[in-house]
Amino acid sequence: MKYLTEFRQASLRDGLVQAISAVARPVRIMEVCGGHTHAICKYGLASLLPPEVRLIHGPGCPVCIVPPGTVAHAVELAQRPGTIVACFGDIMRVPSPRGTLLSLARRDGRVRMVYSAMDALNLARENPGIHVVFLAIGFETTAPSTAVVLRRTRTQAIPNFSVLSAHYLVPPALRALMADPATQVDAFIAPGHVSTIIGLDAYRFLADEKGCPVVATGFEPLDILHAVLMILTQLDRNETAVENQYRRAVRVGGNPAARDAMAEVFTPFDAEWRGLGVIAQSGLAVAQAYAQWDAVALYGAVESNETTDGAGCRCGDVLRGIISPDACGLFAVRCTPDNPCGPCMVSTEGACAAYYRYGLGSRK
Amino acid sequence: MRDAAIPMTTVTLAHGAGGRASDDLLRRVILPALGTSTERALCDSAVFDSPGGRIAFTTDGFTVTPLFFPGSSIGRLAVFGTVNDLAMAGAIPHALSLAMVAEEGLAMNVMRRVLEDVGAASAEAGVRIVTGDTKVVGRGAVDKLFLTTSGIGVIGPGTPPLSPERARPGDAILVSGTVGDHGVAVLAARENLSFSPTVESDCAPLADLVQRLLAAAPGTRCLRDPTRGGIAATLNEFAHGSRAGIEVDEDTIPIRRPVRALCEILGLDPLYLANEGKLVAVVDALQADAALAALRCHPQGAEACILGRMTADHPGTVVIRTELGTHRIVEYPTGELLPRIC
Repeated sequence: MKYLTEFRQASLRDGLVQAISAVARPVRIMEVCGGHTHAICKYGLASLLPPEVRLIHGPGCPVCIVPPGTVAHAVELAQRPGTIVACFGDIMRVPSPRGTLLSLARRDGRVRMVYSAMDALNLARENPGIHVVFLAIGFETTAPSTAVVLRRTRTQAIPNFSVLSAHYLVPPALRALMADPATQVDAFIAPGHVSTIIGLDAYRFLADEKGCPVVATGFEPLDILHAVLMILTQLDRNETAVENQYRRAVRVGGNPAARDAMAEVFTPFDAEWRGLGVIAQSGLAVAQAYAQWDAVALYGAVESNETTDGAGCRCGDVLRGIISPDACGLFAVRCTPDNPCGPCMVSTEGACAAYYRYGLGSRK
Repeated sequence: MRDAAIPMTTVTLAHGAGGRASDDLLRRVILPALGTSTERALCDSAVFDSPGGRIAFTTDGFTVTPLFFPGSSIGRLAVFGTVNDLAMAGAIPHALSLAMVAEEGLAMNVMRRVLEDVGAASAEAGVRIVTGDTKVVGRGAVDKLFLTTSGIGVIGPGTPPLSPERARPGDAILVSGTVGDHGVAVLAARENLSFSPTVESDCAPLADLVQRLLAAAPGTRCLRDPTRGGIAATLNEFAHGSRAGIEVDEDTIPIRRPVRALCEILGLDPLYLANEGKLVAVVDALQADAALAALRCHPQGAEACILGRMTADHPGTVVIRTELGTHRIVEYPTGELLPRIC
């Protein structure tokens, strides 16, 4: 299949692995995208790397980092008369103090799975008597599409649609991670799809201030091996730069039109991340000019974000790259995808779920 | 298999999804209450000795939204599902019962269309519907229409006993055709995903294919139709039941291009998608070629291939050799399949 099988060829693997071995050195490389975590585990990439080259999984799963209070708020909105909640599939299973969205979806259709923000708006158009709340999750990858839909909602003056924003920004989280002395990271595999929006400049501080090589990377296994090689080559040459491995998708300048839409529709605020706490200017609230379509303005803010994560859950340490998932005492013992104790086990892109699913470190 | 406590306070959708939670429900709640031994109850069909020979008996409930989807319907599923469970015991299906629970307000022409599908499918499978029951419940008590079929079949005297316990290291593992078609067809219809070409459900009766296979390869150890949970669930059941390991080559798994494409877009794994007209067989390695030839000669098995092998390594575990040449574990399915956001 075009653009997929070429990037999974076993015949090209060995050349990359040999080149990596030639410049290998002790290094801790963090990826901050759930898609990368998933691909690394699915293709067993760690098994191809020399042991001194360590891949560390950061807070890259947008489902995992949504606080349970936000999910509980969506569950509550779905139970109000005359409203339904539209959301992406993988947030539906996330447990909250008020249950899951999935159980409501199956019980009475008050929660609908959609594949895009536009689908949610169309749901509102088709059901003029019902108020549709779109639970908007994701990083810079999905935030622009929510922004464009909100613009359209205003232009077309659609009254029965609003957004409960749980959009987050990646660069502030990277800043917070690097300020944490417990996190030890030497280089970053930068998220591919986020980079298509924000471009490469957003990562310059990591190279310039922190001395970390950064490579924006595609999601196929050979992309990731290539990025590891690019990082090691930089270190070998004593350079630190922001490079673009994912040239078939990422432009250096990103997507200015998408950023304009985000800037118009959203206002950054100090947001809580599940497992990481509050990070300055890392969340996107719906801007004042769009308050009419802001579920928080219409229905009130999230009351409480108290965690439901189980005692002994070390997702916070997993998300900050301090431990690997299998180092948590609950992993595969009490905490499984059927019974997640913490956020990293909830979504398939969470590091713990990926480890569990692909059998990494699970033979206790 | 890893044992982790799954909460048993309420029934969840995961308990019906065909994965680890379903297995847990069966072993921890259903079988203990019934006083049935695990070994007897975990096959698709029960097999009895009778004066006239061996008889297979099975039952299955059917709930699907929407009731009609590309290539099939709940009516066809209800016939082929039960007929195929009998076929996996090596039986020739003989007769079915049909029970319906209908929601008040269901359009009569919808019920009529479903029943016409039941009639046509039973003719196709060479089996008669000999008894039945109809109940109607108030609005909301069921989702439109639930069907339950039970079936009996006769097992020929030369048919080998089929059970995963008989699989041993070295045996070959075959699949009768492309995987994931049914799962994608239903998902696309349920979520109104339009893409071309449309993927149709593979819904089909398998008893004839099984008889050809058993004639060509009497050293067939076990058979299963990989419905809910897909071939991932079936392979794990084989590994668990045989106490041997399984190795599968990712490159060899037959998957239609549109199925693969939709899975890539939505972040789904075709190994976990349901099939309704495919079988997975474990066959003595010496008879693998004969088995493959027999499958490929039949219209239902034209795209059959050898997926992998049983191994003495990693007992109870399914390991896949990826396209990239690395290895990973194929776990039991967990919960419902839900698309990723990006």
